[in-house]
Amino acid sequence: MEKFEKVHGVAAPMPLINIDTDMIIPKVHLKTIKRSGLGVVLFDEMRYHDHGGENEEFVLNKPAYRQTEILVAGDNFGCGSSREHAPWAIKDFGIKVVISTSFADIFFNNCFKNGILPIVVEEEHHAILMDDAHKGENARMTVHLEDQQITTSDGVVIEFDIDPHRKHCLLNGLDDIGLTMEKDHHIDKFEDHASQARPWV
Amino acid sequence: MSPKTLYDKIWDAHVAHEADDGTCLLYIDRHLVHEVTSPQAFEGLRMAGRKVRAPEKTIAVPDHNVPTTPDRVNGIENPESRIQVEALDKNAKDFGIHYYPVHDVRQGIVHIVGPEQGWTLPGMTVVCGDSHTATHGAFGALAHGIGTSEVEHVLATQTLIQKKSKNMKVEITGKLQPGVTAKDITLAVIGETGTAGGTGYVIEYCGEAIRDLSMEGRMTVCNMAIEGGARAGLIAPDETTFEYVKGRPHAPKGAQWEAAMDWWKTLYTDEGARFDKVITLRGEDIAPVVTWGTSPEDVLPITASVPHPEDFEGGKVDAARRSIEYMGLEAGQKLSDVEIDTVFIGSCTNGRIEDLRAAAEILKGKKIKDGMRAMVVPGSGLVRAQAEEEGLAEIFKDAGFEWRLAGCSMCLAMNPDQLQPGERCAATSNRNFEGRQGRGGRTHLLSPAMAAAAAITGRLTDVREMM
Repeated sequence: MEKFEKVHGVAAPMPLINIDTDMIIPKVHLKTIKRSGLGVVLFDEMRYHDHGGENEEFVLNKPAYRQTEILVAGDNFGCGSSREHAPWAIKDFGIKVVISTSFADIFFNNCFKNGILPIVVEEEHHAILMDDAHKGENARMTVHLEDQQITTSDGVVIEFDIDPHRKHCLLNGLDDIGLTMEKDHHIDKFEDHASQARPWV
Repeated sequence: MSPKTLYDKIWDAHVAHEADDGTCLLYIDRHLVHEVTSPQAFEGLRMAGRKVRAPEKTIAVPDHNVPTTPDRVNGIENPESRIQVEALDKNAKDFGIHYYPVHDVRQGIVHIVGPEQGWTLPGMTVVCGDSHTATHGAFGALAHGIGTSEVEHVLATQTLIQKKSKNMKVEITGKLQPGVTAKDITLAVIGETGTAGGTGYVIEYCGEAIRDLSMEGRMTVCNMAIEGGARAGLIAPDETTFEYVKGRPHAPKGAQWEAAMDWWKTLYTDEGARFDKVITLRGEDIAPVVTWGTSPEDVLPITASVPHPEDFEGGKVDAARRSIEYMGLEAGQKLSDVEIDTVFIGSCTNGRIEDLRAAAEILKGKKIKDGMRAMVVPGSGLVRAQAEEEGLAEIFKDAGFEWRLAGCSMCLAMNPDQLQPGERCAATSNRNFEGRQGRGGRTHLLSPAMAAAAAITGRLTDVREMM
């Protein structure tokens, strides 16, 4: 996985709460057997008209936000289906950071597996970042993972928390499976013990 | 020893390794796999030259994409769906995992097949690349949905990297009123907590009204724990659980059954164990409910009216306005005046035999409204066979319902069963999101009995008027 260090880019506002993974990527696009190429259908039903053609009102279709790298979203972002196609589409579009007051659990986990940084901030900070995102392409935010800081276009600095293990993995682009396989002997030991304790499993 | 919750006990029994920062490797007892969220995971294994670590604990079944019309014996017409199902056929064979192909009578929705075949047992850890894995919590198993990268991780290592969630108790006291079902309980709870109320928690459902539920009902309750944002929902196993499990094809037998029972009987929350959050509802206060909006938290009793956006606070004001517009409703409109054109009975929430019995009970000797499109999609081939044996299929067909083969069907509309823009469906499934059942389609979630009542009258209907 690519290493995640710092993002300096356009932030787009999506204040709607409860944006679910069906909105992020509708099921018609889940029939792929690949992970790539889903960026064009990100937010498909909001982004395109029923008859095809772009909906100019949708934030990512506006000229200022076509190169969005940071999404500032409403509460409970990514709820619903576990589909990892949602973060795959977000990543493929070019978005590397999503900021909200809360995320749904499975989506939150899926982001880290794909080199996307989901950041949870307090409501008061969320409001500042949402305002900044509304300013368009001239207002670029900076997200610095090592320092755990978001800097708005006006230079306001907001600190954020992140699980140390996840931070380490993102910074170093580490693959979870490889890391776990290094602990193979612990799994072997557990299996030996469990097969005695619960042989019916 | 300090008192533990049920979740604490199952968690502790499955930690294979704990790092200094509390990150754990959690051992997985059962890994369920379907065709939509697994192809990329198997591809990842192949590219890295890895095997499935525990194929005997891995069970696959195609469900999301499969057509449910009788002509599916001739193969799947949609080329993309067909490729996904064929990929699962091949992956199951190449990696040597248990498999129920489309033509097997045991095929069905993965969360119905697992319990039915006795793969899901109390005290287990169960995962699947599907958010409704929470269903299996009804057995007192720690069960939750995972993404495709985690599917690959479990295939390769039989573990997940996890941090422990917090404990939440949802207690439903007393008895339910006639016409009120497990679906009404689970929707009412989400109405109370909101769709993010459970985020960061594992919920244990308890109380007399939960104890009184059958296993089918308990599965309905736990199924929608994810809709409340929780990682998992749990119900402590009891005689109802053991009775259901006993004799199933993959349940333990003989001395192993006795040994299992010894452990299973210890799986309850100890007196004095601490919960981080507690919600209590009175069973008597729960009414038959329906959803009016595009989030499962948009729940009201059938006797209520569509709310005004201004009744809400914060971001919910705009969300409610958007929902009401999308749903084509008017604030203040009585829910029982909302006309529907489609009824869907099925899904991992309500596609079990008890659900079909409840709907058939209402439909017996009646006809659905002229022009209504109504379908029953049993949750598995075995549920379908049992319903035919009990004469339920005839009741549905006589009433005017389509009697389908097993699959996820119109719950998520990945197969040909979809709503057209503007169509309005009374659905026993779990999500009323925008476009969930088809682009522009409108979904009202409710119980199987309520869905049957709506099919007859052509509008959302209080089932108690028909009892």
